[in-house]
Amino acid sequence: MTDTTNKEDWVSPPKTEVGVIGWMRKNLFSNWFNSVLTLIALYLILTTVPGIIEWALINSVWGDKSPEVCREAQGACWSFIYEKYRFILFGVYPYDEHWRPLCAMIIFLTLIFGSCIKPLWKLGWWIAVTWAVGLVMVGVLMWGGIFGLTYVNQSQWGGLPLTLFLATFGTVFAFPLGIFLALGRRSRMPAIRSLSITYIELIRGVPLISILFMASVMFPLFLPEGVSIDKLLRAQVGIILFGAAYGAEIIRAGLQAIPRGQYEAADAMGLSYWQSMGKIILPQALRITIPPMVNGFIGGFKDTSLVVIIGLFDLLMTSRVAFQDINWRPFFVEGYLFCAAIYFCFCFFMSRYSQWLEKDLAKGQNH
Amino acid sequence: MKALKVLGMAVGAAMLASPAFAGSTLDEVMDRGAVRCGVSGSLAGFSIPDSKGVMQGLDADVCRAVAAAVLGDANAVEFVPLSAQQRFTALQSGEVDVLSRNTTWTLTRDTALGLNFTNVTFYDGQGFMVPTSLGVSTAAELDGAAICVQTGTTTEKNLTDYFRATGMSFDPVVFEGFEESVTAFVNGRCDVYTTDASGLASIRVSNVENPDDYMILPDIISKEPLGPVTRNDDDEWFDVVKWTVNALLNAEEMGISSANVDDMLSSDDPSIQRLLGVSPGMGEAMKINEEWAYNAIKQVGNYSEIFERHVGADTPLGFERGVNALWTDGGLMYAPPIR
Amino acid sequence: MTIQTGESEGLQPAKAVFYNDPKVRAVFWQIVAVLGVVGVFWFLIHNTMANLDRQNIASGFSFLNLEAGFAIGEGMIPYTAADPYWHAIIVGLLNTIKVAVVGIVFATIIGSVVGIMRLSPNWLVARLATVYIETLRNVPLLLQLFFWYAMIVEVLPRAKEAYGPFLGVYLSNRGFNLPLPDTWSYLGLGAGILIALVTVIWLYRRNKKIHDETGEIKNTLGPGMLIFAVAMLLGWLAGGAPTTLDSPEFKGFSFKGGAEVTAEFLALWLGLTLYTASFIAEIVRSGILAVSKGQWEAAGSLGLSRTQILRFIVLPQSLRVIIPPTTSQYLNLTKNSSLAVAIGYPDIVGITNTTINQSGQAIEGIAIIMAVYLSLSLSISLFMNWYNNKIALVER
Repeated sequence: MTDTTNKEDWVSPPKTEVGVIGWMRKNLFSNWFNSVLTLIALYLILTTVPGIIEWALINSVWGDKSPEVCREAQGACWSFIYEKYRFILFGVYPYDEHWRPLCAMIIFLTLIFGSCIKPLWKLGWWIAVTWAVGLVMVGVLMWGGIFGLTYVNQSQWGGLPLTLFLATFGTVFAFPLGIFLALGRRSRMPAIRSLSITYIELIRGVPLISILFMASVMFPLFLPEGVSIDKLLRAQVGIILFGAAYGAEIIRAGLQAIPRGQYEAADAMGLSYWQSMGKIILPQALRITIPPMVNGFIGGFKDTSLVVIIGLFDLLMTSRVAFQDINWRPFFVEGYLFCAAIYFCFCFFMSRYSQWLEKDLAKGQNH
Repeated sequence: MKALKVLGMAVGAAMLASPAFAGSTLDEVMDRGAVRCGVSGSLAGFSIPDSKGVMQGLDADVCRAVAAAVLGDANAVEFVPLSAQQRFTALQSGEVDVLSRNTTWTLTRDTALGLNFTNVTFYDGQGFMVPTSLGVSTAAELDGAAICVQTGTTTEKNLTDYFRATGMSFDPVVFEGFEESVTAFVNGRCDVYTTDASGLASIRVSNVENPDDYMILPDIISKEPLGPVTRNDDDEWFDVVKWTVNALLNAEEMGISSANVDDMLSSDDPSIQRLLGVSPGMGEAMKINEEWAYNAIKQVGNYSEIFERHVGADTPLGFERGVNALWTDGGLMYAPPIR
Repeated sequence: MTIQTGESEGLQPAKAVFYNDPKVRAVFWQIVAVLGVVGVFWFLIHNTMANLDRQNIASGFSFLNLEAGFAIGEGMIPYTAADPYWHAIIVGLLNTIKVAVVGIVFATIIGSVVGIMRLSPNWLVARLATVYIETLRNVPLLLQLFFWYAMIVEVLPRAKEAYGPFLGVYLSNRGFNLPLPDTWSYLGLGAGILIALVTVIWLYRRNKKIHDETGEIKNTLGPGMLIFAVAMLLGWLAGGAPTTLDSPEFKGFSFKGGAEVTAEFLALWLGLTLYTASFIAEIVRSGILAVSKGQWEAAGSLGLSRTQILRFIVLPQSLRVIIPPTTSQYLNLTKNSSLAVAIGYPDIVGITNTTINQSGQAIEGIAIIMAVYLSLSLSISLFMNWYNNKIALVER
């Protein structure tokens, strides 16, 4: 037996086991099947990626160039974005007032990201106050009419602020409605239970597009003569009703995860239904439902793109209108990529956050 | 906790829902101080924003004339771009006050949809546009072609009727949006594009790269009288819109234009005096101010000025007056007298 | 100190005042809720009737018998513009079902493959799968649909200059044009395929039974392929050995003959399938990860290869975790097919929309759309629940 206490007797591992080559052997070429796969994957990458890089970066046209220059170049025409980015981001909002939706968006994003920071949750219901103040500020900025700002009707709102507006308000209002529906579905009173189940199953069974159509076409018929509701509000109500049904199911899953012991202990202490719900059950359930709710928010953010179909100028619609301009029509790929990149950034980071959050919340649990 | 949020947003909601007006559209417009006008927003010559974002076109100017008549200011208009699918629901729901969107006057629309057509501002007909390279010279050679058409229009129905009547068949490619349909046509997804002849001319001028690559076939397969639309059961507003258009036509007949309307104020002709409000009564009968026609003519122009400015012989569209000329010139435009 | 216990036999629970009795309160609140809902509905319906009446809009379902008057781009049953509205709506329904079924099948296949790839020990393959999943999950479906449709219409060549014929198939910006066999003469071939299918399924079940009872693995693939080849040959010969195909040919304006897969269907199918596949891939991945590591290790110690482990041990167990979320993805795909209206594919929503526009009857139209989607959702849910119960753990 070799004595391995002496350093000179140590033998380093074979070269094919360590370092880059070792890693490649283990991960890329471990058996013949994997090797074939790796070769196919490398082939795919080598045929597509250089072409993409060439198109997007090397041959592309940047800065303030005219469409003719773009047409001659073989690459991507990022001048199109340079020319149109303000329209894509802000829609038909008056050109000189673009700072207002920009500030409104910054406030929105601060509110959203601030609510994501876990240490700030200790503030409790001060969060609600901050949100209320923030949303009022957003309203003042977007509408104007006071403090010397010119009034801008909501039919002129568009682009990214509109998408954020619809998604955020949709989730914020769908949440309490979803709580009521979830509680109703679990209620022991048969009438309330059936009403909740009917609502939830009905709304979940139909596509969001039909709810939006219903909102834009039928709501006016539902109202007495003379009352008219703005199209934006109709779309918002449709999104809220839709989101509430899905939120109700998520919250119901959270409620089911609470052990029965909690309910019984609350009863034993003599708490009424609403007291036990408000003080004991819901705080625990909502903590569990936060990751799925964040996913719901991401889904809602993507779903706002459907308002294209009822004629609201959200981010997707403004992108499409931007390259309807006859001069820039061939560059639709750049337009779609820009729009997709914005959605991707937002959704990707939110989904990473929700995955982190899920792991973080699970730390305190016993199972 | 949620109460504060809800309270804060009640403010927002209250601002979004307009208060219930028990009155008619006319009262609403006067209270609001602006006319909400549904337009296409993408049809050159009829309603399309110029490079400064100002809506230009024949339909747009009709709305401006109504605003000038009712409110005294031709710029007191909010233009709302609408697709062919949304236009009627937007009008029915109160989102717009009047629809001036190259809309064809048909029986079903006038009855089952709960709408009223005021007058005809443009007599048109449906035609076909093909690439010149297709080598087709009349519509009779289009058997089996793929045809792009927009959904929700009379165009769709006329197309099927025409091909049924002539025993030919075609391959429909149906689109929701105007721009998609034109893009598909330009890319060869379909061989033929069909819509009103005025629309074809405007597409050929402003939506394709080279107008000479495309030709409009000579066949006109339907009657398309285009005009403004209001809601049913709204007679006051209906009358205002209708008689504003009539005033523009009468002004052309009487030789009044925006250039000489101030001089015409001192005319002795009683019909001119009635039109321009020198002898009162016409405005009051419609419950608006007496300078309604004067303002409309001065700020926007008479019918021929509007026509020539947007779709006339000197514009890229280059239409002759043709059937849109006054009845005294052999056309179909005949406005009832203002008295 | 004496404790009074004498009255315990006669004690009744303290009777609360009736308005504190929980049962009474429950009934009261339910009545309030029901009255509230009924009241809201009465208000809405009353307003609707008044508005419809005032604006002279017709109501009732009799409009379905009127002539449709619009053309439909593609459909599975014959249709002309002279047919009534209900016929047009059925065409739309069949189109929706077609794209939903094809989408579900391909999304499952692609999603499972990508999900398994994501877990591959091959670093490159796993990363590629991750890129696919993350990119497609975080971009809205509507944007993807628009993108695919724009690519197909603008990048593919015009019909006159179509790519092909490759095995008789043409590719242009109008879609695929495929050759179809001449129906009657290929009946024999079809019969042969059917017989082969039945035989192979019987063979598969027989082999599985032998495997369960004796542990002997009998190969189905080899004999199966042989059976198929023989049956197809015999069937083809029996039909008179036909060789004609109804091939597409460019005549006049477009391709005549053969079958067509339109650009709209292609774009919708591509967008839906790839989008839903990315979600299914994540579900499959979490399902496989949910199987405890002990199973992998035990199977490994038995000498099974990775493919065998996946096929015989892990996937069957992971199915229980995979099925419920996959059901909701199938439902999502079916509902997302309603976005077809944006790219011109005539599905039920698009056609009903045109109907609403032409007849003005919005409420009936939307009721039809909602009824159709509810039935589709219920059918898919029922089927998946049956399958779920079938593979559930049999617990002692």
